[in-house]
Formats: sequence, C-alpha cells, structure tokens
Amino acid sequence: MSQPDSRPLSPHLQVYRLPLTALLSILHRFTGVVLALGMAPLTGVLVAAAADAALYEQLRALLSAWWGQALLALWTGALYFHLCTGIRHLFWDAGLGFDVAVAFRTSLWTVAAALALTALTWLAALWVRGMLA
Amino acid sequence: MSLRTPLSQARGLGAAKEGAGHWWAQRLTSAFLVPLVLWGAFSVAMLGDLSHAGLVAWVQKPLVSAPLIALLLVVFWHLELGLRVIVEDYVHLAWLKVAVIVLVDFAVLLLAVAAVAAVAGIAFR
Ligand code: HEM
Repeated sequence: MSQPDSRPLSPHLQVYRLPLTALLSILHRFTGVVLALGMAPLTGVLVAAAADAALYEQLRALLSAWWGQALLALWTGALYFHLCTGIRHLFWDAGLGFDVAVAFRTSLWTVAAALALTALTWLAALWVRGMLA
Repeated sequence: MSLRTPLSQARGLGAAKEGAGHWWAQRLTSAFLVPLVLWGAFSVAMLGDLSHAGLVAWVQKPLVSAPLIALLLVVFWHLELGLRVIVEDYVHLAWLKVAVIVLVDFAVLLLAVAAVAAVAGIAFR
C-alpha cells in the first residue's frame, strides 16, 4: 500500500452499538473463558473432597457465604447462557436459523431459556433445602 | 470425472493440515455436554446434603461417578479446544502463540487429571 488507508474502520467498537446477535456472540466467548477459569476452583473442591475432609468443609463454608453464593449464581448463569447459545450454534452448524430475523428471535429465546434454567436450578436447590416456604 | 468424493479433497486441509478435525471435536464435545451439564448442574443443586459425608456418598454411587468422570473429561477436552481458538485469534506472534498454547494445555492437563483422579479416589476409597 503506497498511501495510508484513511477509510473508516467499520464497525468501530467505540462508536458502533453492537446488534443483539453480535453481543451474544462475544458473550458466548466471554462465558466460555469464565467457565474455563471456574473449573480451577471447582477442581480444587473435588481434590479437597478426595484428600482432606476438613479443607473441603472450609471451602464449603466459603462457598456458602453470600459472596460465594453470588459467584456460584453468576457461574451457573454463565453456564446456562453458554449452553443455550452453544445449542443454537449447533443448529447454525447444521445450516438452520441463519436468517437475520430468525437469528434475532432465537437470540431472545436463548437469553430467556438461560435465565429460566438458572432460576429453575436455584429454585430446585432452595426447594430441596426446605427454603421455599 | 473423478471418482473421489469431495470429502477426500477436504480432508487434511487448513494451516495445520488437520482438516475439520478440530471443528468436529468442538461440535462433538458440545453435543455430549448438553445432557451431561444439565444432569450435573441439577444433580448438585438438588443434593440436599453437601457436607463431606453427603458429597462422598453421592459421588460413590456408580451411576454418579461414571457420568461425573465423563462430564469432567468432556468439559476439559471442550475447553482446551475453545481456549486454543481464542489464543490463535488474539496472539499473532508465532512463538508466543505456541508458548501460550503449550502453557494453557499443560494447565488444562493438570486440572483434568486432578479432577478425574479426585472423583476416582472418592469412588474407590
Ligand atoms: C463448563 C462447561 C463449559 C466450558 C468451560 C466451555 C468453554 C468453552 C470455551 C472456552 C469456548 C471457546 C469460545 C470461543 O471460541 O469463542 C467454547 C466454545 C463453544 N462451546 Fe463451550 N464450554 C462449556 C460448556 C458448553 C456446553 C454445555 C455447550 C453446549 C452446546 C457448549 C458449546 C460450545 C460451542 C458450540 C462452542 C464453539 C463456539 C464457536 O465455534 O464459536 N459449551 N466453550
């Protein structure tokens, strides 16, 4: 190239509002990384359960604190979001649902399903503990 | 006319000459994870007793330890494939890219072995 290219970059990330489909796409990647990072402490809990009961109980106390529960809730939310966008990904890979209007609608369905599954899991957990009066 | 199918011409393509192998493994692990993750998440959520004794008793059931180990193996396989793509997308310096992938793979390997060994250890204790 002899001349610097002065045409605008598009989409310019600081100016451009991401469409819903693009937002879900980058969130799929972000949640994938969050889930992968979460596998480290989760593995730690399993190793503690196998090797050191006292350490396991200490970790359980940490996870039972309000911020531990909040982290777990966010992680399960990320898990179900990634699961739902992942399932949609598999439909795309089969050649289904590429139409822009359809992709917008399935974006909404995906988010709704992720929220519903997260709520259902936590309601089930509260229910078996008799915390749903 | 060639008698070779289009598939034979696609095999082994790509920069690493592995064709669509990585892509396929990512889809395969994703499909496996759908039932495994739903089972795992709801099982743990509905396990009323998460004390050490409660967890051990649960993991020791054969119908728990087997799918649990399968879940862990597939999760680590799946996330290794995923993290590799992310590194390839954002790290462009050739030697650095390889170095990061090797480090990530080593960490994933250690975690995967530790997690599976822990479940097996509980199951056979
Ligand atoms: C703890 C569980 C999981 C972890 C740690 C995880 C991690 C990851 C990571 C790191 C990526 C790479 C993201 C990217 O390239 O943008 C990824 C991609 C993917 N995940 Fe997961 N994942 C998990 C569960 C699932 C589940 C349950 C599904 C269900 C379908 C799924 C479907 C996918 C798909 C289809 C991709 C490929 C996306 C693409 O090619 O752009 N994942 N995952």
